[in-house]
Amino acid sequence: MKKTYKIEVDCANCANKMEQAAKKTAGVKDATVNFMALKMIVEFEDGQDPKSVMKEVLKNCKVVEDDCEIYL
Amino acid sequence: MTKKQKKVFVRIIAAAVLLVGFSFLPVEGYLRFVLFMIPYAIIGYDILKKAVKGIRNRQVFDENFLMAIATVGAILLGDYKEGVAVMLFYQIGELFQSCAVGKSRRSISSLMDIRPDYANVERDGVLEQVDPDEVEPGTVIVVQPGEKIPIDGVILEGKASLNTSALTGESLPREVREGDQVISGCINMTGVLKIRTTKEFGESTVSKILDLVENSSSRKSKSENFISKFARYYTPAVCYSALALAIVPPLFSMLALASEPQWGVWVYRALTFLVISCPCALVISIPLSFFAGIGGASNAGVLVKGSNYLETLSQTKYVVFDKTGTLTQGVFEVTGIHHSSMEQEKLLEYAALTESFSSHPISKSIRKAYGKELHQERVSEVKEISGNGVTAKVDGIPVAVGNGKLMNQLGISWKECHHVGTIVHIAVDGEYAGHIVIADVVKPTSAQAVAELKRAGVRRTVMLTGDADQVARKVAEELCVDQVYSELLPADKVQKVEEMLEHKNAKEKLAFVGDGINDAPVLSRADIGIAMGALGSDAAIEAADVVLMDDDPMKIVKAIKIAKKCMRIVYENIYFAIGIKAICLLLGAFGIANMWAAIFADVGVMVIAVLNAIRALYVDKL
Repeated sequence: MKKTYKIEVDCANCANKMEQAAKKTAGVKDATVNFMALKMIVEFEDGQDPKSVMKEVLKNCKVVEDDCEIYL
Repeated sequence: MTKKQKKVFVRIIAAAVLLVGFSFLPVEGYLRFVLFMIPYAIIGYDILKKAVKGIRNRQVFDENFLMAIATVGAILLGDYKEGVAVMLFYQIGELFQSCAVGKSRRSISSLMDIRPDYANVERDGVLEQVDPDEVEPGTVIVVQPGEKIPIDGVILEGKASLNTSALTGESLPREVREGDQVISGCINMTGVLKIRTTKEFGESTVSKILDLVENSSSRKSKSENFISKFARYYTPAVCYSALALAIVPPLFSMLALASEPQWGVWVYRALTFLVISCPCALVISIPLSFFAGIGGASNAGVLVKGSNYLETLSQTKYVVFDKTGTLTQGVFEVTGIHHSSMEQEKLLEYAALTESFSSHPISKSIRKAYGKELHQERVSEVKEISGNGVTAKVDGIPVAVGNGKLMNQLGISWKECHHVGTIVHIAVDGEYAGHIVIADVVKPTSAQAVAELKRAGVRRTVMLTGDADQVARKVAEELCVDQVYSELLPADKVQKVEEMLEHKNAKEKLAFVGDGINDAPVLSRADIGIAMGALGSDAAIEAADVVLMDDDPMKIVKAIKIAKKCMRIVYENIYFAIGIKAICLLLGAFGIANMWAAIFADVGVMVIAVLNAIRALYVDKL
């Protein structure tokens, strides 16, 4: 399953870091951050609950870039 | 400017005024330190905070960390002014970058203006505004002048001029009337239209396009991947080099040469190193160039599905065309009238009247060529001879319109035609009156497009078609296409493209251009599939990598030119940013470049690279 989330982040490098962090989160099959459209497209692994996975994604993103936001 | 940007702007002004003001104060010692700490705190508090947080989260090597170390280091060395200035310019650069990104985001979102907010549905005689998502296919919607058509459909009532420029980049309005298909995203400029929707909102053209553009930068190009990888190794590498620069030479001179270690000099150089090293210019300008390129292209009616395709498109050396619908109109038209024994107009009138009851495509094209109103009461005794033609009486005079067989049957001698196409012979009152040639016509800009492609660096142009060899050759000759393959079935087209893919150099890319009908497999097999006239054709939008919104072949040239310009800008930025940084790093290591040069290498390079990136947005003159 794929879902798109609106994000808030200031710099392109930070967006790259968010992408890396999201990819490493358990339950995430793949993730892409589109800095220009300020969007994060997350592909979940089968049988995962997007809501709880996204909470983890947000937490991991906050670690690498404190100044970011994902609108869940 | 947003609220956040305004706040930073005020901080920059305040810090700059204080910095300049304090520079003229004749104070020394601790007081001087305290005074300069005021602008430093104003401008740098958030960076310092982020740096500390980064260290705590074990994310050390980011820009905040670099800036914090460099400025704190400079202040510890007593260079208060430089310390504050570095922070100040860093913030100016960040603000500039965020404004530039915001600007290009806005220019892209002006394209997003095609998103309709509501649909007018008539319920119990009253118009109601509803969410387009809730409108079922088959519902009748009303579109008033000035409104956007929210959902694809067919016009039931009314006629209007539609502005399609947001979709196609074409400024001429399109006239539509009852029975015409209309696509969502067009703006109704004149009359009230009643439309029966044929699709759901999510399946409508507008949604597909928005989806495509919004997801376009998710497919990253090689250059982008290169840059993000580069940044990942580069920043730590420079940090360690800076550390080495601060420690090794002084230790060396102290231990090996037994001279003064000069710690201050080397630490200053190391700090200069750090300031230069910030990878922002690269990290921001490369994706921004692609984003601007894709945005500029969509404004010109060329939708590119990802920056990787923009990259491939710029390396196109082979362009393979489908004939019908791509280089030709795909509709039959009267292309010539020969051996006419009367005025051509008169001959056409006879033919059109005789054929006025037929719905055959050939009859339609004859009527279209005649163009005037037909009084069917002038026609009597119409007899359709299947496969051969029609005979009838027009104003009481017997007329026969059809092929050679019909003429033979009627015992009328007829003249052979040397032109390619379908030949319709006409006999009036038992006498041969001439013939009309009907053929698929080449688009007016096709020849120019093929020539321009060559000029734009395309090595070879190839045309594939299912048509007869004779027809194919004539079109190819007219357009100066290098190679033709005719009488191909759709599967043969795939095979031909595969053959060509095998024989070419891997660096030279092959583009296939088709109208999306029957050629979806070829579109996806080619290095890059370009679908044209995609308005309304879902299969094309899905299978192709690049979608041309209207069916003008010149748009292919435009797409390649846009891609080339964008890639040129990308490379300019890569070489420029890495080049300047490398030079400054070298000069910094030898102590020739001071902190001010370092600031230029960081902020200056970024500003120039961003400005250069934005150029990719302007594609009108290509």
